Amino acid sequence: MTGAASVPLLQVANLRTGFLQGGEVVRAVDGVDFHVGAGETFALVGESGSGKSVTALSVLRLLPQNGRILSGSVALAGEDLLQLPELMMGRVRGRRIGVIFQDPQTSLNPVLTVGTQIGEVLAWHGLRRGRAAADRTLELLEQVGLPEPRRAVSAYPHQLSGGMRQRVMIAIALAGEPELLIADEPTTALDVTLQAQILAVLKTLQCDLGMALWLITHDLGIVAEMADRVAVMQSGRIVETADCKRFFARPEHPYSRQLLERLPRLSACRNHRDAGGDAPPLTLLEVRDFKVYYPVRKGVFQRVVDQVRAVDGVSLELPRGRTLALVGESGCGKTTLGKALLRLIDHNEGELRYDGVNLSRPGSDDAQRRLRAPMQIVFQDPFSAMNPRMLVGDIIEEGLRALRPEIGHDSRRERVETLLVSVGLPPDARIRYPHEFSGGQRQRICIARALAVEPRLLVCDEPTSALDVSVQAQILALLVDLQRRLGLSYLFITHDLGVVAEIAHEVAVMYQGRIVEQGPTAQVLLAPAHPYTRRLLAAVPKLRCG
Amino acid sequence: MSAYLIRRLLYAVPLLLGVNILTFLLFFVVNTPDDMARMQLGQKRVGPEAIRDWKHERGYDLPLLWNEGAEGTAQVTETIFYQKSVGLFLFRFGRSDQGRDIGADIRTRMWPSLAIATPSLVLGVAVNVSLALLVVLFRLTYLEFWGMALCVALMSVSSLFYIIGGQYLFGKLLQLVPISGYDGGRDAWRFLILPLTISVISGIGSGVRWYRTLFLDEVEKDYVRTARAKGLGELRVLFTHVLRNALIPILTGIVVLLPLLFTGSLLNESFFAIPGLGSYTIDAIQQQDFAIVRSMVYLGSTLYILGLLLTDISYTLVDPRVRLH
Amino acid sequence: MIPTLFWTDGLFFLVLAMAGALVLVMRRREHFRRPWRTVSRSTPAMVSLVVIAVYLAVGIVDSVHFFPRADAAGSAAGANEPISLLDHWLGGLRTRTEKTYSEPFAAYAYAKEHLPTADGGQRWDYPRLTYGGAHLVDPESERVRDIAVTGVRGAGQGGLMWLIAAAGIAALIARSRREPIGRVVHRVARGQTPLPWRAMLLTLLLLCVGGGAIAEWSAHYHVFGTDKVGADVLYQTIKSIRTGLLIGTLTTFVTLPLALVLGLAAGYFRGWADDLIQYLYTTLNSIPHVLLIAAAILLTQVYMAKHEEAFASLALRADLRLLFLCLILGLTNWTGLCRLLRAETLKLRELEYVQAARALGVRDHGILLRHILPNVFHIVLISVVLDFSGLVLAEAVLSYINIGVDPTTESWGNMINSARLELAREPPVWWSLAAAFVFMFTLVLAANLFADAVRDALDPRRAE
Repeated sequence: MTGAASVPLLQVANLRTGFLQGGEVVRAVDGVDFHVGAGETFALVGESGSGKSVTALSVLRLLPQNGRILSGSVALAGEDLLQLPELMMGRVRGRRIGVIFQDPQTSLNPVLTVGTQIGEVLAWHGLRRGRAAADRTLELLEQVGLPEPRRAVSAYPHQLSGGMRQRVMIAIALAGEPELLIADEPTTALDVTLQAQILAVLKTLQCDLGMALWLITHDLGIVAEMADRVAVMQSGRIVETADCKRFFARPEHPYSRQLLERLPRLSACRNHRDAGGDAPPLTLLEVRDFKVYYPVRKGVFQRVVDQVRAVDGVSLELPRGRTLALVGESGCGKTTLGKALLRLIDHNEGELRYDGVNLSRPGSDDAQRRLRAPMQIVFQDPFSAMNPRMLVGDIIEEGLRALRPEIGHDSRRERVETLLVSVGLPPDARIRYPHEFSGGQRQRICIARALAVEPRLLVCDEPTSALDVSVQAQILALLVDLQRRLGLSYLFITHDLGVVAEIAHEVAVMYQGRIVEQGPTAQVLLAPAHPYTRRLLAAVPKLRCG
Repeated sequence: MSAYLIRRLLYAVPLLLGVNILTFLLFFVVNTPDDMARMQLGQKRVGPEAIRDWKHERGYDLPLLWNEGAEGTAQVTETIFYQKSVGLFLFRFGRSDQGRDIGADIRTRMWPSLAIATPSLVLGVAVNVSLALLVVLFRLTYLEFWGMALCVALMSVSSLFYIIGGQYLFGKLLQLVPISGYDGGRDAWRFLILPLTISVISGIGSGVRWYRTLFLDEVEKDYVRTARAKGLGELRVLFTHVLRNALIPILTGIVVLLPLLFTGSLLNESFFAIPGLGSYTIDAIQQQDFAIVRSMVYLGSTLYILGLLLTDISYTLVDPRVRLH
Repeated sequence: MIPTLFWTDGLFFLVLAMAGALVLVMRRREHFRRPWRTVSRSTPAMVSLVVIAVYLAVGIVDSVHFFPRADAAGSAAGANEPISLLDHWLGGLRTRTEKTYSEPFAAYAYAKEHLPTADGGQRWDYPRLTYGGAHLVDPESERVRDIAVTGVRGAGQGGLMWLIAAAGIAALIARSRREPIGRVVHRVARGQTPLPWRAMLLTLLLLCVGGGAIAEWSAHYHVFGTDKVGADVLYQTIKSIRTGLLIGTLTTFVTLPLALVLGLAAGYFRGWADDLIQYLYTTLNSIPHVLLIAAAILLTQVYMAKHEEAFASLALRADLRLLFLCLILGLTNWTGLCRLLRAETLKLRELEYVQAARALGVRDHGILLRHILPNVFHIVLISVVLDFSGLVLAEAVLSYINIGVDPTTESWGNMINSARLELAREPPVWWSLAAAFVFMFTLVLAANLFADAVRDALDPRRAE
């Protein structure tokens, strides 16, 4: 174990950074002080937009073109990086400080091989040349745990999976044998099972190489698992710095406490008081042997030679007034299933019954359209879910105009205002544009839009994963409240098991197009039967100190 | 890969058919051969005799699509469509309205066109890419600002002025090079250097702006930030990372033009009296020789479609992400 | 005076009316007001806009046509060709033709002639011009002074007009912002207004002073000389403005409907509609555009020759050819925009708000009209302003190959085409080219600068 007592390797004092926007400087980092000791793991925690990534980029002097460091000092082993000429700074970056960025998809050069991208660091900093460089590259790839490193050397990034790419990013960052490794949300773009692996790699390497790790994340679970010390950042300032143990035991700043409270816990499975009487709930939506295939075409005449089985024989029952969580990693087909249930995508086989009515038999266009009202959808990204060119009022009443043309102008307007109030927004939000609202408010508008046509089933496709933790909880509370008031059923698609524990009555685990396990929430989360479910659960970061 | 190529080649067939039918409609249906004859022979007082002779000499006196008077397959073959349009598929261009062999003309005239168009393209791209890189290297400085201002000014000048001005300055005032003309032999460079210079200069304005946007698109990308985080110098970042990625749109943008090099540049060839296909086309337009215009339309389309095909292939060569199937 | 409306006049006014309506609609939409506000704060864009507005004013005045004499129908054909309001105002400029070339501000002709001398013999010398400098008794001694005096007088008048205009503008600003006029003048002078009024007014001053001087000069001189047949070059280049504007704007009548309808249909419905539309524009794109235009123009010539009786006057004929050229240019120009719109629609139709609309049971035309169209409209706008300058430049090249506007229509292309060999003369005849260059360059440069600002403001990828 390394302690924080040693001489600070990196000392950041009173750092202020801003962005030029239309001739004005907008502050992003507003007087930040912290240090990272040699060999320790320091975590900088905060919600998106709190300025943590900008802090890292300022330290490296890699801000985007309109970024400006306004004041402060950044000392690496006593040497002020902000005073160095650009040429000397090049000897710090990559050599003494390595960085891992969030998205391995875009952070690797798509047209250069992995070997070239690692070898470039070795050559540029004069560490290894020729054969030695090739050997070292291989060694690095082995170190980060890449399977078949020999093949990976000559591979292009797009030939590797997301987790493998992030390992390559780590190898690049380690190539310069840095004293400090900055990891900026290193696992946010990855699936849960991969997250755990990458974190394990980082931890082992840090121990082996004795370097300092500066971890930037929004996920307190990761902090608990990894960090020695933690600093909480809120709107450009650090509000609390503490030893990790102390932090999780006794957070001092109200904002820290708020963050910790919002942390979803698996043990907090939803109690079923509000499930209604003793009678078993009636089935609202029934799916049998549901299949969605995408054809793979090949050859001169583009014959269909194979099918990608996005949804491969799913059977589900969704009870009235209940929440069924559909859990799985990205690419398992859960979003496709959700869209196919709403008939936004055609399904190839299987039966879809809503309230006893068979929806899979296509009727006339008009009949199909009328049957849309009872099932609506709430999307993940509240920014792309609303037409930026329309007023909020027009967005909400669009469904009414299409499906209930008999409602007059005045009563339509009245309903829009009632809906806005019921999702916790002022009625005059009607005459504003979506961009004037925050992410959480937008998600409320999206819910209001779906509710406008009085649906009985909402498909919620990761409705909270684009939101900050504090806002997530509010949206979940709203959904639970609406369910109680309106008797809605939810199909809740998510990858976040914490959210599942909080909201779902039942859970279905989806893996490669199939449902591998289904049952009441407590049973699935606390006593998983299928090995895949167990793997998913094992990957969730636990609060080590808490 | 080969299946993909065959499919693309097969797709070219309906395209060429479309071009062929379109030209057939334009040249034989919208306006009949009678109109052409009258136009060629002069408007007033042309006897029906003269028109009939004119049409017969050029084979325009056949029915358009179906010959009632003929027997067997001749009902199809003895028609204007078969004789004039179907032949184009096999690059049988036939004779011009003046009676010249178009195929032979094309074969002799494409070499001067190539001789001027190829170096213009290569040099133009080289100059534009280098200048654009320079501008990107000095971004957010006065050099970029004034460089881009100059580019807007340059692209606001009509290409005619570049040619006229260049001829006047270099040919007449300074007397460095001949104003116009062409020589196939070793002295060709003396005639080529002026049109070459002018075509490069006239392309700088829009060219540099275009390549600059390509580079700037890449400079903003995440992997460039990774490259900087490795400690690489600005030049190294620009050349190995930015340029290497921007080369994909640059190269594929050039490849589509390659086959069209054969048809040369209309303006340059006409102003500098270079006996290539560009001036051939212009002469044909001015003499209203429909047979040549038709042939050049078809040739140009074929070469463009070939260019599209080459573009697809070049993607697989320069972009490791693209696998064709 | 009997007013008459050419086809191109009508369509030009229709374009202007539609642009005006568009401005009114966009003023009410926040997401358009914001980018346009950015444009309105950009100095190059607003200076360009002043220049474009002046060109536009000339083009509009030149698009109001009438028969100068009332007995239009009765008089012999050709004797009473319709003229525009601009012709009427420029009056003398149109009719004061010399015998052949003359230099700018010349009092003597370009070529020597046998002139009768006082003693009845002949001498070989430069003759005096009929109109240029005709009021001078002894050009050698008086001309330079006269030019200077006239120029200063004209510039002074122009400056006076500018003062009135500037005062009017300042008063308007003061009224709309409810500020004392003195403060407004002060702030404009120091460049402290949100709109770059100082730069705009300086541009206007330049145009007023220059215009005033030229107007005063042109009463007695040929400011840009005369061409081969003695026609005033200044008149030609001013008349060319309308041609350039028409080519740049009327083309949108073909481009926009085709590109919008086909691009949106291909991107939204996909399937066979997409295949067909892609096939259509690839085919059309594969034909070299110059040749397509050439073929179409040749065919119109044939058609017009065949139906000579259908075209009452030369002017009507030239007008229809101009219109037809615009249509053909549109036909070769829509594919680029169509491809952009198709690609964008493909992207948009997968977006979540479109999916949500489908889940809400909104019909296809509703989605296209409310969700897709407003979100691709900035592409249309950008493309229209970007294409404008290219079309003006294209006209010159096409006229050079004789497939542009009618040879009797005044256009920069025709001016260049007829003057391109004259640099080889000794002394070189440069003024036609210079006049065409100056007027064309100014318009194209202004259009390019304005288009850049519009693109930067409207393109969400660039606006940050």
